[in-house]
Amino acid sequence: MKLYRSMIKRYSLLLILLLSLACGAAAQIAVKADTLYTMAGPAITDGVVLVKGGKIERVGPARRIKIPDNYTVHEAKVVTPGLIDAHTVVGLAGIYNQEHDQDQLERSNAIQPELRAIDAYNAREDLVKFVLSKGITTVHTGHGPGALASGQTMIAKTPYNTVEEAVIDSVTMVALTLGSMVDRYFDKPGTRSKGMAMLRQAFIDARAYAEKRASGDDKGAVDLKKQMLADILDGKITAMITAHRAHDIMTALRLQEEFGFPMVLDGAAEAYLVLDEIKNSGVPVFIHPTMTRTYGDTRNASFETAAKLHEAGIPFAFQSGFESYVPKTRIPLFEAAVAVAHGLDRMAALKAITSGSAGILGIDQRVGSLKRGMDADLVLFDGDPFEYTTHVDKVIVDGKVVKE
Amino acid sequence: MKNISSTVLILMLILPFMAGAQQQTHLFTGARIIPIAGPEIDQGILVVRDGKIVDVGPAGEISVPDNAKVIDASGKVIMPGLVDSHSHIGEGDGGDRSSALHPDVRILDAIDPQSDTFRKALAGGITTVNVMPGSGHLMSGQTVYLKLREADAIEEMLFVDPDQGIAGGLKMANGTNPLGGGPFPGTRAKSAAMVRELFVKAVEYKRKLEDADGDREKMPKRDLGMETLVEVLEGKRIVHNHTHRHDDILTAIRLSKEFGYRLVLHHVSEAWKVADEIADADVPCSIIVLDSPGGKLEAVDIRYENGVELEKAGVTTGYHTDASITDTRLFLRSAAFGVRAGMSRPAALRAVTIANAKMMDVQNRVGTLEKGKDADFIILSGDPLSVYTHVEQTWVEGRKRFDIDNPEDRKYATGGYEVFRGEFYDHHN
Repeated sequence: MKLYRSMIKRYSLLLILLLSLACGAAAQIAVKADTLYTMAGPAITDGVVLVKGGKIERVGPARRIKIPDNYTVHEAKVVTPGLIDAHTVVGLAGIYNQEHDQDQLERSNAIQPELRAIDAYNAREDLVKFVLSKGITTVHTGHGPGALASGQTMIAKTPYNTVEEAVIDSVTMVALTLGSMVDRYFDKPGTRSKGMAMLRQAFIDARAYAEKRASGDDKGAVDLKKQMLADILDGKITAMITAHRAHDIMTALRLQEEFGFPMVLDGAAEAYLVLDEIKNSGVPVFIHPTMTRTYGDTRNASFETAAKLHEAGIPFAFQSGFESYVPKTRIPLFEAAVAVAHGLDRMAALKAITSGSAGILGIDQRVGSLKRGMDADLVLFDGDPFEYTTHVDKVIVDGKVVKE
Repeated sequence: MKNISSTVLILMLILPFMAGAQQQTHLFTGARIIPIAGPEIDQGILVVRDGKIVDVGPAGEISVPDNAKVIDASGKVIMPGLVDSHSHIGEGDGGDRSSALHPDVRILDAIDPQSDTFRKALAGGITTVNVMPGSGHLMSGQTVYLKLREADAIEEMLFVDPDQGIAGGLKMANGTNPLGGGPFPGTRAKSAAMVRELFVKAVEYKRKLEDADGDREKMPKRDLGMETLVEVLEGKRIVHNHTHRHDDILTAIRLSKEFGYRLVLHHVSEAWKVADEIADADVPCSIIVLDSPGGKLEAVDIRYENGVELEKAGVTTGYHTDASITDTRLFLRSAAFGVRAGMSRPAALRAVTIANAKMMDVQNRVGTLEKGKDADFIILSGDPLSVYTHVEQTWVEGRKRFDIDNPEDRKYATGGYEVFRGEFYDHHN
C-alpha cells in the first residue's frame, strides 16, 4: 500500500509539473470574493486568493493583495474551499444502477477487506462529474455499506479521467456495517450477534496472523484479507463502521474498544440517543445525509442530529452516503443546508463539508482550507452556499477552472 | 350512472363532519400573503369562516368582521396549502401481480388514514394529495384525491364531487417499470398493445351502455374495470401516466389522443427533450426534482431544468413529492430548485399549488387563496423558496392541523426517536 501511495505521490508531482509547464501563465489565477470562507480563520470580506502552479499562493483581504497583471481574475459573491464528500460511493456505484455498474458491494462473502477501491473506481463515471458540477472537488469513496466488511475506500479528486490521476490516497479506510442492512444482503450472518461474532473472530485471526508474520513463524504468501485487518489493528488504516440504531452504534464502539483500532462512526441516525458515549469514545462521525429516508435502520433519523453532534463537541462531517435507487447520489452541500435550517451553526456546517472533513480523512494538509501551499481547489457561488436558489458558478481544482 | 348510492352514502358520512359546529371567524393580519391567484400582498389580511375563505386582500381594503378572532401573523408569509399531485403516503397499495391492468382496483380501500405519513406531509404544508398506486403495472388502479383533514376513516378525507362521486384518477405507467414476466408485457410495443386492447373493449362497453339508454334488459354485465375506463373515456377521470423517456412520453400522448382521454404526464424525466410536443398536445406535466440523475435507466437524463423548459413551452407544470422518493416535509424545496434552474418565481409557486390542483380537477376548491375557496393555507416563517424557512402552521378547511409550537406536531417536522413507523413505499409492486 505504502509503495503504491508513494508511486501515486510521485505521479502527482510529475503531473503537476507537466500541468504547470503546459499551462504556463494561464495557471495563474486570482479569485476575488465578496465573502471568502478560507476555513483557516474567520471569513474575509472582499477577499482575494492568488493561485499559481496548482497551489494557493496567497490569501487575504483585497486591500492587502495586489493582483499581478498576468493573473486571470475570477469574481464571485462567495468563495469556499473545494467541497469534500466525507463518504460516498460515486465512481463505484454508477448512474445506471444496473448490475454491470454497481461495484460498491460484492456479495460472495460478508468479510472482504482486501477489496481495493482503486480497482473499481471509474473516474469518468457520470455521477463523479455530476458531483463536481455541484462543487464537490474531493471524494472519500469506495466500497459501500451492506457487508460486515465490504472493502476499502480511497480519496480522489473529481475532475480527472483515470484513477491514477484522480487518487490522492489509495487506501483510506475499510468499510464495515452493523445492523439489519447486512442481513438483507447475506445469508450469513443472519443476525446482529452472529455478525459480531464473525467480525471479532476475523480480527482475532488477523492479530494471530500478524504476530506470526512479525516473529517470522509465518513466511508464507501474504493473506490479503488478514493483512488488511492487521493494518487496521496496527492503526495504519481506519475502520469506518456504518451503524444507525443506537444499539448498533454501541456495538460498534464495543468492537472498537476491544481491538483499539482507529475508527469513524458512519451514518449514526440515532446518535442523539448516545451522544455522551460517542463523545467519550473520541470517535468522529460521518453523519447520514440530513434528508435520508426515514425507514429501516434510519427510520428514527432527525433533521437536528448534526446540530446535536456539534453542540456535544463531537467532530463530524457530511456525506452523501449510499443510495440504492433515485437519486443515485446526494450532494453533501444540500444535506448541510437542511441541517443549518434545523439549528446547525453555519460555520460548523461549512467546516463539515471542507476542513472538518479533511481533518477526519487526514488530508487537511492538502485540501479543505484556503491557505498558502494548499491545493488550489475553490468553489465560486453567486450567493449564500446553503440557499436553495444559489448556484455554483465556477469550480477550480488544482488551479484549473473545471466548471464554468 | 355510476355508484349514485355510494356517492350519497359518502356524502352522508362527510357532510356532518364538514359542516361541524359553525366555526368562529379567524382573521389573519400582518403577513405577506401569496394568493397565487394574483400579485403578492405585502400587508395582507385573510378572513376565514366555516372552512372557507371569506376574504383576502391588502389591509385597508378588507372589511373586518365583528367578533373575529384576530391572529397576528406579522413577519410571516401566508400562501395556499400545498397540493401534491403524486404521492404514496397513507401506506396504500394497488393492483397485485395477477395482471398488468387493474382499472377496477381502488387505492382508497387500502389506505391507513391514521398513518404517520399524513402527519409528516402536513408538517411540510401539504393539504391536498393525489395518492396513487405504484408504477409496476400498465394500470395499477384508481388514485384518490385526499384532503388532509383529521380522520379516523378514509371517508373523512375524500374529495367528493356531488355529480361524479369520489374524486380520483387512474394510474397508468409505461417504460421499464411495468415490464416483467407472466401477465406483464415484455416490451414497450406490447405494453402499448395491451393498453389499446383494453381501451378498445372499454369503447365497446361504453357504446353498449349508451345503446341500452338505461334499459336494464339491454345493459351489459356490470364490470368494475370497464366502468372505470368509461369514466376515463367520458373525461370524468383523468389518467395519471408515469413516464420517463422521451419516446415513452410521446407514446402516452399518442394513446390518449387515440381514445380521447384526459392525461397528466408524471415524472417526465426527459420532458426537456420533447417540451414543444408536450405543449402541442396540451398535456400538463407533474414533475419531480431529484438531487442527482440516475438510479434507474430512465432517470439518467433527468434535469433540474425540466420545469424551465416546460414553462417556456407553455405547459401547465407541477412538482410532486412522489413520497417517499422525496421528503414531503421539504416539498417547497422542489419549487425552489425550479427557480434555481431558471423557472420564474410565479410558475414555481403555481407548481406546488394551483397547477397541481388543475391536474386533479380540484382547482375550484384549492390551490389559491380566493374568496369562496377552501380555507387551506400555510403560515411560513419567511420566503417560501428559502432553505431557512419553516412551515409554522398548516390549516385545512379552517382547522389548524399542524403547529410547529406544539411539540406533538413539531416532532413530525424534525423526525426523531419513534416518530415514524418507517414504512417505505415500494414503487414496483
